[in-house]
Amino acid sequence: MVDPFITSFTIFVLAVFVGYHVVWNVTPALHTPLMAVTNAISGIIIVGAMLQVVDINGSELSITSVLGTIGIFLASINIFGGFLVTQRMLDMFKKKKK
Amino acid sequence: MENLSAILYLVAAVLFILALKGLSSPTSAIQGNRYGMLGMLIAVVTTFLIMDKPVLALIAGAIVAGGAIGAWKAKTVEMTGMPELVAAMHSLVGLSAVLIAVAAIFHSGVEHTGVQKIELFIGAFIGAITFTASVVAYGKLSGKFGAKAVNFGGQHLLNLVLALAMVGFGVLYFLSDSHAAFLMMVAIALVLGVTLIIPIGGADMPVVVSMLNSYSGWAAAGIGFTLNNPVLIIAGACVGSSGAILSYIMCKAMNRSIVSVLLGGFGAEVASGGAAASGPKNYKSGSAEDAAFLMGNADSVIIVPGYGLAVSRAQHALQEFAELLHEKGVNVRYAIHPVAGRMPGHMNVLLAEAEVPYERVQEMEEINSDFANTDVVLVIGANDVVNPAAQKDKSSPIYGMPILEAHKARTVIVVKRSMSVGYAGLDNELFYMDKTMMVFGDAKKVVEDLVKGGGH
Repeated sequence: MVDPFITSFTIFVLAVFVGYHVVWNVTPALHTPLMAVTNAISGIIIVGAMLQVVDINGSELSITSVLGTIGIFLASINIFGGFLVTQRMLDMFKKKKK
Repeated sequence: MENLSAILYLVAAVLFILALKGLSSPTSAIQGNRYGMLGMLIAVVTTFLIMDKPVLALIAGAIVAGGAIGAWKAKTVEMTGMPELVAAMHSLVGLSAVLIAVAAIFHSGVEHTGVQKIELFIGAFIGAITFTASVVAYGKLSGKFGAKAVNFGGQHLLNLVLALAMVGFGVLYFLSDSHAAFLMMVAIALVLGVTLIIPIGGADMPVVVSMLNSYSGWAAAGIGFTLNNPVLIIAGACVGSSGAILSYIMCKAMNRSIVSVLLGGFGAEVASGGAAASGPKNYKSGSAEDAAFLMGNADSVIIVPGYGLAVSRAQHALQEFAELLHEKGVNVRYAIHPVAGRMPGHMNVLLAEAEVPYERVQEMEEINSDFANTDVVLVIGANDVVNPAAQKDKSSPIYGMPILEAHKARTVIVVKRSMSVGYAGLDNELFYMDKTMMVFGDAKKVVEDLVKGGGH
């Protein structure tokens, strides 16, 4: 049985390579939208926060679940803010039909 | 269920990669952004379904509240304020990483293995540094703290001591499982975030913003390791490498090494290396009408906008003027230096907002060879990025920095408030060339006069 860390590490290293190659292809004109969308994507940390918000030994409110809830709140700001502001910027780049 | 959720996480990760890939052109980017949203939705729903006894009210309430604030911010933020917004969002990722790590430490139902403890440690300290560093960056960008670099003796030694203490408490936590040691470690990392960022300021801020972008990704990936969650790892790693690439591009555009940016003190360095040759120098100045006349009779005009343009909100009027020239048959283009704005690609967004057609905006590498065949270059709100000293004067602090070769054009018009120096504190020989005409005044006022002068 491979240690789960090794599996995670394999995924990590490959993902760094994928990210590296994909991002070099981003046109410099869109670097600001790139940052905004990566803000939204790093909101994926919401998954980690959600996993803390569980009923622990019959108690719904614990340090763990409250901290997790705050984490969800913060990550949601990023997700909604990031994707929507990216959308707003990309709409500006769209060709105006005259 | 476990297999299904793993597949769904994979789908979400692929959608995130497609979101980044879409940004290779403005037309595919909009679709890409939708892929990103879909990926996020899939990841959240999947997580909810695999959770053991989730507390729905808390989860849903937090998403609705956070979502509302995020959506409101996205709608109302001004495009000049994008760097602040981005810095603020980096800090949120950092803080959530810290909260998740602390929540996991206090999770009474879970024993952590040795490897997991190290992962928690790494996720928490990167998150903590990202959090406070981004808060300081936000303060500097929004002008709340003053953008100047803060330097004092023993700064690097202090950072080293803090870093060692942080690792020390991490080791203590690892050996004793003490919650207090973990919290001390987080507290020191929070302080370290501040002390690492205060010596960096001024022109280096675009690098800092990109770097924190990278950190926020690594923090997410670190949490992904702790939870053995592949979608967190993949998304975090992609964001991390994206920010690293942007930092590299920004450093290259300023001819700075990442190490010297991190060690800070750009302003101080320049003050000591006084490069400006003193003595009276002559320059020609003219009115906006003269400038409008010159450009109206040219075949080709290249506009070099700098952040000063955006500060005086002149980009809409400028586009109006460019449109007038275009209707007269003048070939008008915009040349963008990578550090023209305050974050990568900032100027492009500001011009797009002013409805400048995408095809007329060109990057430095695309347009630099065209300056020599151009009749008039209009430099507006920019200074250091057109300073020929970067190519000629080996003693100049900006020597080696890639510049827009405005000095090669037949005529150069520079719109500027006064003869004062730019961000880097250097004199600019471009202003004293025979073919250069200075037009003094506020960028917006001058451009409005250009529009009046170009209207007939």
